[in-house]
Amino acid sequence: MNDNEYRVVWGKSGLYTLETSAWRTFRPQIDYSKCVGCGTCLLYCPLCCIGKADGRIVIDLSYCKGCGICREECPKQAIDWIKEAR
Amino acid sequence: MLKMMAASKGLVTHGVSSCQGCGIELIIRNVLDVLGEDTVLVIPPGCAALFSGTGPEAAVKLAGIQGNLENSAAIASGIAAGFRHQGNEHTTVCAFCGDGATVDIGLQSLSGAMERNENILYICYDNEAYMNTGIQGSSSTPLGASTTTTPAGKPVGSKDLIQIVMAHGVPYAATASVADLGDLRRKVKKAKGIKGCRVLHIHCPCPTGWGYHSSKTIELAREGVDSGAWVLMEYENGRVKLGRRPSKLGHAEDYMKLQKRFRTAVGELTAQTNERIISRYEYLEKLERLGGE
Repeated sequence: MNDNEYRVVWGKSGLYTLETSAWRTFRPQIDYSKCVGCGTCLLYCPLCCIGKADGRIVIDLSYCKGCGICREECPKQAIDWIKEAR
Repeated sequence: MLKMMAASKGLVTHGVSSCQGCGIELIIRNVLDVLGEDTVLVIPPGCAALFSGTGPEAAVKLAGIQGNLENSAAIASGIAAGFRHQGNEHTTVCAFCGDGATVDIGLQSLSGAMERNENILYICYDNEAYMNTGIQGSSSTPLGASTTTTPAGKPVGSKDLIQIVMAHGVPYAATASVADLGDLRRKVKKAKGIKGCRVLHIHCPCPTGWGYHSSKTIELAREGVDSGAWVLMEYENGRVKLGRRPSKLGHAEDYMKLQKRFRTAVGELTAQTNERIISRYEYLEKLERLGGE
């Protein structure tokens, strides 16, 4: 989808979003030895942070709030939960 | 295996200030993914207003309006009338409201829109209290649930929105849940193709207000459907069709004990909740049988 196709004028300074990655206390990390690429995490991620690249599931951590739904729903328990070092 | 979607993140941007594990975010992304760009959104002040924007932030890349709690259906009717006047028959007018803006404050305008059978799609995400303003009880709050206005647990049950809608004889109404996104998307797609007033009522667990860990959102929604606390159903042309049958009908304890808001609901109240769930489900089954004859 091209940005110019939207019907709405975004305003001179563009569309603003928040840096929600700062909310995270734990971050998800995929264990690729267990991941079968079923896409359940991709389906349930409320932020659509999870995508697929080169046939592998990839988590984009730039906006991930660390809710843990992906880890909870993973049928293979392939998502590790790592405490963020601050 | 599921079909993977493109890297494009759809019509809702990232970085929305909804809570961790919020069900609304999952709902609005899926709903707008199905409705597409040819949509106008009406959002009342509520949790969903985070998407229509607070200050310079905006999260939805669509034309839309943020109205008042009491008149979202009226605003949507006005937009639909404008499109009718222009001869525009393709744009979907979608009102995306919470339970407070639907069953409490906005019930009169929704009732009017349903009476006139306006060409709108009304979506109510039901998180069962006024979560945005600090968890005050709404008339959708279930029996025994603790909120800031009902600290000892709500003494009365919730309004049955879907039956209020059915009583208006709208062309299409359905309930859905975040636990079954395939079913949710199918219902939105079906509603999009129908003319007239369509109402969707979507169960939306809220980690902040219900008191559970943010990772349990989907599990809790699934538990709600399994226990019969949330019934998946469709109403079309005067006929009721029930969706997935609850596997643990009348055993809402598992659903309730996952949530801190039911910590005061013990013994008698749990039994009452189970009774209510069973009698409501049996009544809906009767309605389904009536439609089949």
